Amino acid sequence: MNFDLNEDHIMMRKMVRDFAEQECAPGAEERDEKEEFPMELWKKCGELGLAGITFPEEYCGVGADYLSYAITVEELSRVDASLGVTVSAHSSLCANPIYLFGTEEQKQKYLIPLVTGEKMGAFGLTEAMAGSDASGTRTTAVRDGNDYIINGSKIFITNGYYADTYVITAQMDKSKGNRGIAAFILEKGMPGFTFGKKEKKMGIRSSATYELVFENVRIPAENLLGEEGQGFKIAMVTLDYGRIGIASQALGIAQGAYEQALKYAKERSQFGKTLSELEVIQFKLADMALQIEAARLLVYQACHMATEHRPVSKYAAMAKVHASETANMVATQAVQILGGYGYTRDYPVERMMRDAKITEIYEGTSEIQRLVIAANILKD
Amino acid sequence: MDIVVCLKQTFDTEAKIVLDSSGKIDSTGVNLVMNPYDEFAVEEALKLREKFGGQVTLVSMGGERVTESLRTALAMGCDEAILIQDPALESPDEWVTAEVLAKAVSQIPYDIILAGRIAVDDGSGQVAIRLADALKIPSVNCILKLETADGKAEVTREIDGGTELIEVSLPAVLTTQKGLNIPRYPSMMGIMKAKKKEIKRLTLADLGMSAADLPRKMSIMKFNLPSPRKGGMKISGEAADAAKELARILREEAKVI
Repeated sequence: MNFDLNEDHIMMRKMVRDFAEQECAPGAEERDEKEEFPMELWKKCGELGLAGITFPEEYCGVGADYLSYAITVEELSRVDASLGVTVSAHSSLCANPIYLFGTEEQKQKYLIPLVTGEKMGAFGLTEAMAGSDASGTRTTAVRDGNDYIINGSKIFITNGYYADTYVITAQMDKSKGNRGIAAFILEKGMPGFTFGKKEKKMGIRSSATYELVFENVRIPAENLLGEEGQGFKIAMVTLDYGRIGIASQALGIAQGAYEQALKYAKERSQFGKTLSELEVIQFKLADMALQIEAARLLVYQACHMATEHRPVSKYAAMAKVHASETANMVATQAVQILGGYGYTRDYPVERMMRDAKITEIYEGTSEIQRLVIAANILKD
Repeated sequence: MDIVVCLKQTFDTEAKIVLDSSGKIDSTGVNLVMNPYDEFAVEEALKLREKFGGQVTLVSMGGERVTESLRTALAMGCDEAILIQDPALESPDEWVTAEVLAKAVSQIPYDIILAGRIAVDDGSGQVAIRLADALKIPSVNCILKLETADGKAEVTREIDGGTELIEVSLPAVLTTQKGLNIPRYPSMMGIMKAKKKEIKRLTLADLGMSAADLPRKMSIMKFNLPSPRKGGMKISGEAADAAKELARILREEAKVI
């Protein structure tokens, strides 16, 4: 067992960190304030290969492992969690299901432009009545000759409006529950496919979160992803891998907040000592560092399982729940260490604390993660 | 157009310099990076290749860790690398380094040789110019702009208080200054490809040289760290008196007003 990163991973981390610190960090506060989508940075991410890290070279991907992907999302999120989730949702939730379940034609048509970053991807599963319980899906798909006709809506869709390619789920036979669900590939601009409400969020405010609306959207039969009735399985497998991305995002937020707190604690003097010389602050910093290291090991272990094509569900859920709870604890304590300054928007820990909360909610709440872990350990 | 880039690995500019018990600079645990001025050389070489085609070959001298910087430059897009390693090259002076580099460079085709104008560690700024001398080709240092056509280069170089436009015949050695370009990040694809590119290792014997040919002309006798900064001075008392005292100190002791 070797805990050292290899030469490639070290170089990738340095490259993404340089890019994140030099190009992404400077505008992060303003983008958060204005809820401004990081379109220019997304394009640069594509040029650097960050849009298709885990996909093979035959589809124009980088052909690197999941650890490379995790390091990338971690480093982006360390300075800007909104950019981190933009990359994560694109790769994990849109490109990945097309790669795993798509036909060769679908991969040529949709996967390649996603992987090169020419197109952006999004994923639509959640609905008003279908959150953690996908069987509540009300969006419908009906076969009509060589087409499917989609009606309904999706909410809370990350990269919504800005994305070009959407993988969505729809119910084809309500009597079959989850087994009646199918997945489809939609393109922005298809007649009847529009965008509804843009969410105003507590955190990750420069990431776009939109409602998708389908009114008699007619799509060719070849845009069915996988088979009819396979949609729920596709969604669950997609989320299993997706959790690695969110766990990495949470890890990045935690690392960023911790570094801010550590720096401040060494500089700020109270009672004639720096904060870092006070035991009460030392204990906080120690707990932060400890939880971050544990989260990192869990995330990197989940990456190992994914790269080795071994069952990832339990490890990704463990990584996600621990990293997201760590992000919240660390960001909250970072604000505490910075005190009144930490509560203002003059320091990034305020944004990081708001950004951290969503990691316990999306792509499966912490409660759902524990159900996934329990289901896995009880079945063994 | 074939381009050679001379690359040096240096201490990270944020590294804390300490001396070991024998008075030498202690490199243990220090983060090493590509000399920042060499990054401009790499970028310029890649831009020339994109315009004219050809090969970009990196040439470096040093220990095993230099491969980290060479890999980074390969990941940015350079084609191949030569690393000269020999126990006899433990602590070379600038003349030795230039002689060895000249020998290595003379064995590969080149139209332009680029190098950072100075290395941020020892800051001697001699090697590239000595290399040109050893190869008997012209050199221009501190370049800010480069245009090439018909076996010639038009270069703008920084001079005190302004710039100078020079025409120089090729091949030539050009040293790169901040402002010439903005070095690219190595891409993910570049990092993956860099693994498959060759880093050719050469010893003095491979170059047909021996330690006896390379007697050092210069030896470093002693390193001194800068003296630590003195603490500040606090002037106490009523504001009006303190201001008077401050003015007196600035005038009489610091002699700045």
